[in-house]
Amino acid sequence: MSILVDEKTKLIVQGITGREGQFHAEQCMKYGTKLVGGVTPAKGGQTVLGKVPVFNTVRDAVKKTKANATMIFVPPAFASDAILEASDAGIGLIICVTEGIPVSDMVEVYRYIKASDSRLIGPNCPGVISPGKCKIGIMPAHIHKKGNVGIISRSGTLTYEAVGQLTALGYGQSTCVGIGGDPIIGTKYIDTLELFQKDRGTKAICMIGEIGGSAEDEAAYYIKKHVTKPVIGFIAGQTAPPGRRMGHAGAIISGGKGTAEEKMKVMRRCGIKVVKSPADLGKTVAKVL
Amino acid sequence: MNIHEYQAKEILSRHGVAVPRGIVIDNPENAEAAARELGTDIVVVKAQIHAGGRGKGGGVKLAKSPKGAKEYAAKIIGMTLVTPQTGSEGRKVKKVLVEEGMPIDKELYLGILLDRQSSRVMIMASEAGGMAIEEVAEETPEKIIKEIVDPIIGVKPYLARKIAFALNVKGNALKQMIPLIINLYQAFIKEDFDMLEINPLVITKDDRVLVLDAKVNIDSNALYRQKETLAYRDLDEEDPKEVEASKFDLNYIKLDGNIGCMVNGAGLAMATMDIIKHSGGEPANFLDVGGGADEEKIENGFRILLSDPNVKGIFINIFGGILRCDILARGVEIAAKKLKVKIPIVVRMEGTNMEEGHQILSDSGIDVIVSEGMKDGAQKIVKAIR
Repeated sequence: MSILVDEKTKLIVQGITGREGQFHAEQCMKYGTKLVGGVTPAKGGQTVLGKVPVFNTVRDAVKKTKANATMIFVPPAFASDAILEASDAGIGLIICVTEGIPVSDMVEVYRYIKASDSRLIGPNCPGVISPGKCKIGIMPAHIHKKGNVGIISRSGTLTYEAVGQLTALGYGQSTCVGIGGDPIIGTKYIDTLELFQKDRGTKAICMIGEIGGSAEDEAAYYIKKHVTKPVIGFIAGQTAPPGRRMGHAGAIISGGKGTAEEKMKVMRRCGIKVVKSPADLGKTVAKVL
Repeated sequence: MNIHEYQAKEILSRHGVAVPRGIVIDNPENAEAAARELGTDIVVVKAQIHAGGRGKGGGVKLAKSPKGAKEYAAKIIGMTLVTPQTGSEGRKVKKVLVEEGMPIDKELYLGILLDRQSSRVMIMASEAGGMAIEEVAEETPEKIIKEIVDPIIGVKPYLARKIAFALNVKGNALKQMIPLIINLYQAFIKEDFDMLEINPLVITKDDRVLVLDAKVNIDSNALYRQKETLAYRDLDEEDPKEVEASKFDLNYIKLDGNIGCMVNGAGLAMATMDIIKHSGGEPANFLDVGGGADEEKIENGFRILLSDPNVKGIFINIFGGILRCDILARGVEIAAKKLKVKIPIVVRMEGTNMEEGHQILSDSGIDVIVSEGMKDGAQKIVKAIR
């Protein structure tokens, strides 16, 4: 079992005719994801990657292909509009990879999405993969292995690091969810934890956080109350200076709040096994299983 | 992106927000004329740097005469101002704002920022103006008013009234306060502010409401549509190496240690700094080369790392996803040869095209220490620079 994406997922890619969009659409297709179409305004009617039809609007794509998921590779100035278009067309799962969307755009988008039937993952995220079933995103497929560890993370490459360690030790993953490094993201830790707790295929959860905001603290309190599966956690940025944005728009210690130390303390208090060194993530999960 | 106080006031006044009259000068000779033009008994001379706490460091002075203004301006312009926010090295002051003095009756605090928990904009206000809001929050949290704004309706008069009454604003001041709060929110949204802090917002003895100090942060992701604001960027306020890095779309932040780090991805870059520290070393920087780095980007990253004289060794930690290890290796080879690197380099590569990457490095003849896993790499670089 897995969460969010599986064999039944039918994917379209918004921005499929762009260089990155096309490259990653192909990678997903090669992995076995059912890629049924793409959308680029005014390029409808074309075919890309041999057999994938391009549509002018998401509405057209949904009507013709019955797509239920989209991956967005639209430049930041237009990405919030692309998210709204996907939601308006009734797409259930919207995964936005784009980095650099203005915050005020996301305030509006978040308000709209929460009142809709769509779920947004990201923006500024590597995507979601259920190993052996479906990959929607930019993560390197070959490091993953089918199994029963669920992974949630705000970071891309640090997630690969955890996955790489687990796979090397022989432990596979049920689903890996990159929720995104921006201050406003569609799906937070808590939403993902709820799904992993319900998923029978997930036996342990690995939660990777970073400095900035209080999402990890909120998640920790949620775990204490609602999650019975073992959770292993790590917070990046233990040595980050305050007041500086560490690469991710959301990774900033402001007004002394959102430090790694503070988050790790709350997580430990809520029963999460917190590792201090990122090199210990894999073995700690292995020990729990 | 940060901007200066006088620039923030320029933007706010374009949105109908009342600010004191002021003149920016970069030559103390002009201070006297500026003070005369303002014509008030008292003028304030304020250092313009991108850091708070200027008063504590001697960067804000009240002058009782135009001559006094000139004396203060001469002292402040050119000084290295050290405040709690600048670090011990301080900032060189290039400009001062000469502003009319205000007969202050009451000092309030008003901040607008993103509340990440609700994913909405929040207005924070307090009657305890003039002091750091973090201290107020710590000591008397009940004095802080918080209102979350629904983005669909924005700040309507009822919400502004709610805040104004909670701040105990009365009479004539109340009439000005309501549109002021609405205009501040409008400015925040239209100008893509990340953060707006007005401390203090003052009510004068003659019942006027004015923004006495304003700190503004602009959302860097929105600068493409804020061309006017982009012209406010002051490169003198930024670390030259960080400015250089930004030209190549590299994310570099200078730190105090001696191990230069080159990593792909923000989370892994932070984790690499952490593991260096756990291994007994000190990172010299944060550097995220990003997902789509090419040889040229790697080379430029290398050059910027090496321009920091504190750097005694380099740790390259790459988990190849979109960024292929062979491209990374080629970039390292070119840079190391061109820049004649003599300090130890430890490379940890995993992921896409890892074998090709290792092959390129071992064929290159450059002296690199190969590591397995990030812990091993961190330990090796710490040992290598001892």
